[in-house]
Amino acid sequence: MGGWKNYHTPATVEEAIDVLHGYDGRARVIGGGTDLLVETRRGLRRPYEAMVDVSRIAGLNTISQTDDGIVIGCGVTHTEIVNDERIMRHGQCLAESCSVIGGPQVRNVGTLAGNVAHALPAGDGTIGLLALRGEVEIAGASGRRWVPAKDTFIGPGKSVIDRHREVLTRMRFEPAGNGEGSAFHRVMRPQGLCLPIISMAARLKIDGGSITAASISMGPVGPVPWFAEPAAKALVGGPPSQERFEKAVAIVLANVTLRTSKYRATEEYRSAMIRTYLPLILAAAAERAGAAR
Amino acid sequence: MSRLQMTVNGATVDIDVPESRYLSEVLREDLRLTGTKIGCAEAECGICTVLVNGSAVVSCVFPAFKAQGATVETIEGLSRNGRLHALQQAFLDHGAVQCGICTPGLIMTAKGLLDRKDAAGAAVTGDDIRTALKDSYCRCTGYQSVINAILQASGQEVPPYLPATRAPGLAVGHARPNPNARDKITGNARFADDYRFPGMLYARTKRAGVPHARIRRIDASAARALDGVHAVLTHEDVPGRNAHGVVSLDWPVLCGRKVRYVGDAVAIVAADTREIAAAALDLIHVDYDELPAVTDPILAMGADAPLVHDERPDGNLLKHIKVKKGDVDSGFADADVVVDQTYRTPTTEHLFLEPECSIGVPAGYDPANYGGRLDALAVRGETARHDKTTIYVGSQIPYIDRNQAAAALGVDEDAVRVVATLMGGGFGGKEDIAGQIHVALLAEATKRPVKMLYSRQESLLVHPKRHSTIIRIRTGATRDGRLTAVQATLYGDGGAYASLSEKVLTRATTHATGPYDVPNCKVDCFAVYTNNVPCGAFRGFGVTQSCFAVESNMDMLAEKLGLDPIQFRRINALDVGSETSTGQLMRESVGLNECIDKVERDVRRESFRWTWDEGHRRFAWGVAVGYKNTGLGGGAPDKATAEVEAWNDADKGLSAEVRISSAEMGQGLPAVLAACVAEELGIPAERVSVLLGDTDYCPDGGPTTASRQSYVSGNAARLAAREAAQKIARSDPAARISVQHEYWAPKTMPLGKGGDMHVAFGFSAQAVLCEIDMRTGEVSVRKVVAAHDVGRAINPRTLEGQIEGGIVMCIGYTLTEHYIQEDGKPWTSVMARYKTPSITHAPKIVSHIVEHGTTDGPFGAKGVGELPSIPTSPAITNAIYRATGVRVRSLPVDQDTLLQAVRSGAKEVEFAWGDRVPIPTIPLGEGQ
Repeated sequence: MGGWKNYHTPATVEEAIDVLHGYDGRARVIGGGTDLLVETRRGLRRPYEAMVDVSRIAGLNTISQTDDGIVIGCGVTHTEIVNDERIMRHGQCLAESCSVIGGPQVRNVGTLAGNVAHALPAGDGTIGLLALRGEVEIAGASGRRWVPAKDTFIGPGKSVIDRHREVLTRMRFEPAGNGEGSAFHRVMRPQGLCLPIISMAARLKIDGGSITAASISMGPVGPVPWFAEPAAKALVGGPPSQERFEKAVAIVLANVTLRTSKYRATEEYRSAMIRTYLPLILAAAAERAGAAR
Repeated sequence: MSRLQMTVNGATVDIDVPESRYLSEVLREDLRLTGTKIGCAEAECGICTVLVNGSAVVSCVFPAFKAQGATVETIEGLSRNGRLHALQQAFLDHGAVQCGICTPGLIMTAKGLLDRKDAAGAAVTGDDIRTALKDSYCRCTGYQSVINAILQASGQEVPPYLPATRAPGLAVGHARPNPNARDKITGNARFADDYRFPGMLYARTKRAGVPHARIRRIDASAARALDGVHAVLTHEDVPGRNAHGVVSLDWPVLCGRKVRYVGDAVAIVAADTREIAAAALDLIHVDYDELPAVTDPILAMGADAPLVHDERPDGNLLKHIKVKKGDVDSGFADADVVVDQTYRTPTTEHLFLEPECSIGVPAGYDPANYGGRLDALAVRGETARHDKTTIYVGSQIPYIDRNQAAAALGVDEDAVRVVATLMGGGFGGKEDIAGQIHVALLAEATKRPVKMLYSRQESLLVHPKRHSTIIRIRTGATRDGRLTAVQATLYGDGGAYASLSEKVLTRATTHATGPYDVPNCKVDCFAVYTNNVPCGAFRGFGVTQSCFAVESNMDMLAEKLGLDPIQFRRINALDVGSETSTGQLMRESVGLNECIDKVERDVRRESFRWTWDEGHRRFAWGVAVGYKNTGLGGGAPDKATAEVEAWNDADKGLSAEVRISSAEMGQGLPAVLAACVAEELGIPAERVSVLLGDTDYCPDGGPTTASRQSYVSGNAARLAAREAAQKIARSDPAARISVQHEYWAPKTMPLGKGGDMHVAFGFSAQAVLCEIDMRTGEVSVRKVVAAHDVGRAINPRTLEGQIEGGIVMCIGYTLTEHYIQEDGKPWTSVMARYKTPSITHAPKIVSHIVEHGTTDGPFGAKGVGELPSIPTSPAITNAIYRATGVRVRSLPVDQDTLLQAVRSGAKEVEFAWGDRVPIPTIPLGEGQ
């Protein structure tokens, strides 16, 4: 038996919001449920009166390319993202990040919206979306609003999205133009820890041999996924060189407090992985930017 | 209740069910499609995988109403009109089916992949399979056969991989699928949780939750008053003996005075549903006076350590085990080189994918009283009425279960019947009592059938694990490479109850010189009680631990001596004429040198290099050898009784059934028994059916442990068949002949008395190719070349399954597995925190079979169940040393500390993943 009594599958956003409000905080939005229900099954969550499944809302289980950019509905699964050619072309780091979430069965059900709304410090899909400067649309009783994804995280598992009353309906990011590329990498260990040691993503725009725009995201380096603004800024204005990448690494390491977390990784190891992989990710993004010219 | 409409296996389903259901619950409970199995209920193991609209999903965390209107495919829908699906046929052909509990999940995940590839018109590659099945776990096969089977099913020509073996007889030596494999690939195979009896109640257990405490008071009144609760039992309600134990009776059925580990049972509840039973647990109030817990075996032996068992004269020392031969002082005086090193091995968990489940049925039960009919498969050859207290369970030792349940009930053994269901893996972890006694008590208290299914989390908490050890070992050798002496001290953490600690750690001790001719040795082992989870039997039975220490030292010695590590082992290998550490003269069946030769010839070709680099990846080979006794040995009476019934079938001719209580847990015993019987009767094995594990129909085959069943039960079956063949030749053609044969294995001597401590030994040599990512410290095993001396390959198909699965299990032991406890409380509380090897960790395995027959074994066979899971660990860490210059002294390998050691130039690491303290310094010699 599940951790809920009633299971709703609304067909529209309005219906979803109505149902949620009918329960007045005793219902919870569910996407694929692959994080939520594991926690429920382990008894880590008190039972809800109802689950409101937003994976079947008409129009919200597709990926589209519009004037607003690449738009991903809240019903879109990780598998659909990984297999989507537009995402590969315009936001490769997102496809790469979604491709390592859980196992195939989880990716067939779990959604990127759920990953973002769940607000874990190192949700892989989230890290990928952040590097693309992704935005999310939040729908509630008072209407809909677009918010930068990076501004939705409050703490581990805590989001500005009220998951008892609001729905993360869509996500979007700017398609990659000429000279833009992105990449993602994650370091794991094979033992009993499903959380990454470090996940990192980057997007670079290169024009005339010089980086003109950059973003870097990573986690876990704190309570929320980190949009590494200062390091990204330092990349802009020069060539995509090893030297420049290492400067970004230095700024990252100066700006984060890496922790030794029991059974997961030491501070030294995390630092070593950032030193090793951030330049590799940046180099891969630069190479892809070159190929995209 | 709401209406749920789906198409399941092509049929329309329209039912009223609660909206809170998971899809797995609807399939298993409402639709009775029990082919979909539950291993963890936390989306980790993948054995519950089904296809929803063509996509593989884990049904245990998939809300049923998410599948509203969907098309669902389960294992039951795969075969059409009795014709197997290509995947099912391929799994049979390749022996990719062992215990069978994960098989439906593997097949359904693979079907999702094949359908998708087929739709895209693309060919399936090994990488596709590894990606798609990454989270579909199997604990038996080692995955190589699974990958090959899926490739074949995708239309590629992939012959089943089989090592060369001796020419077969009529039945013995043929590669055949296990007789129960067909049911396992169709979803018809029934494990304990797949049975349901009319009127059945559901039981849960109140666990201690604290590692060490005196019980002041147990108040179960509120739980008893809860609606839907039929019984709550405490220690006061145990009518007979309130103790169990396979070796020592030190484990309370229900604790009354004291609890000694967090998983101790304090009360049991039977209720209308599992949820009500769980709610009742929360209403049972137990007042404890908490006691200091002792969780370190070395500290536990201190004079002021808290006592786990107050009344024991030896305090927390469970057993001091001693092996002595020659004179170690003079042995070390003769040595030119000595290596003295201390190692640590982790507590590990069997993680059989079927959690423990028992069903108790009371004497006099009649399903008609509950308006139901008994499921035809539930009982063999009998009315649905149960005359005895009956326990349905997947257990490794049905007769001892019967004995222990009868004692607790206070009745004669004959008043209890144990019916073995299929077992979804055991590996030693289903030897001790789990729920068997509890369901018998509850069934008799309520006069209703009672099912007790452990959740994965409860299974992790409760059943005995593999012993963690600290092993200091000093090994000496002369300049020309001859071992002169071994001295060692071992500490084994036995946990709260004796279980099989004494036996397991005796095996660790007697095998602590390795399979070598060592003239002088002295080994002391301390088996110690602590307030940790009890430790007991686990494939390898202590030898997995000591082999890691022995074979690490061997490589270090070889390096110091400037000798080739393979040659160094060959110089010292046991052979016919040599004597073991316990004084056993090896008279025959010592194929170790041939194992070493076969592995070396395979690996050391012209292009052979011990180590090389490819970019940031470094490759290296490592080698190790091992051995393992067959049978109980040590003076224990080791016997099995088999019954063979033979008759002349009008159509088929001479046919037979063999009956014995010995357990099938995926190792393939039915195939071996059928071959042994068929060979004696002169008929094909297909004409022999096998009935296992029903104490009313099957004579006692003894415990399924110690790699003994092929040998002991194989002999009993063979000899019963021989007598039956003689009798039927002299009988009326219409007669049915039944013969029982009680077979006694050759007498063995207790430790310390010299002579034959064991009836035979199996031998193994393994070379492992490791890849180390020099950026991250990650270690993976790419290839294993193995040779095993098994005496005789009775069924090469099931034998190869044992070998591949054993090797991969030992890769898990080396790289991923650690059951972590913190101050007596498991950190490893969920499956997500215990990773066994997945298909992505599975190496290519090349297997060579050596058949130095043993005279008394059936057709020369020795045991093999544990052997492959012994030398892999040191072979891996020896490869890591060769690649990095870092000696790993504690398992499982931690990439974090390994990388830091490599970068800092350190020569060794003593912290494994999950270790929090350095390896302690322990003295050699008597120690305490």
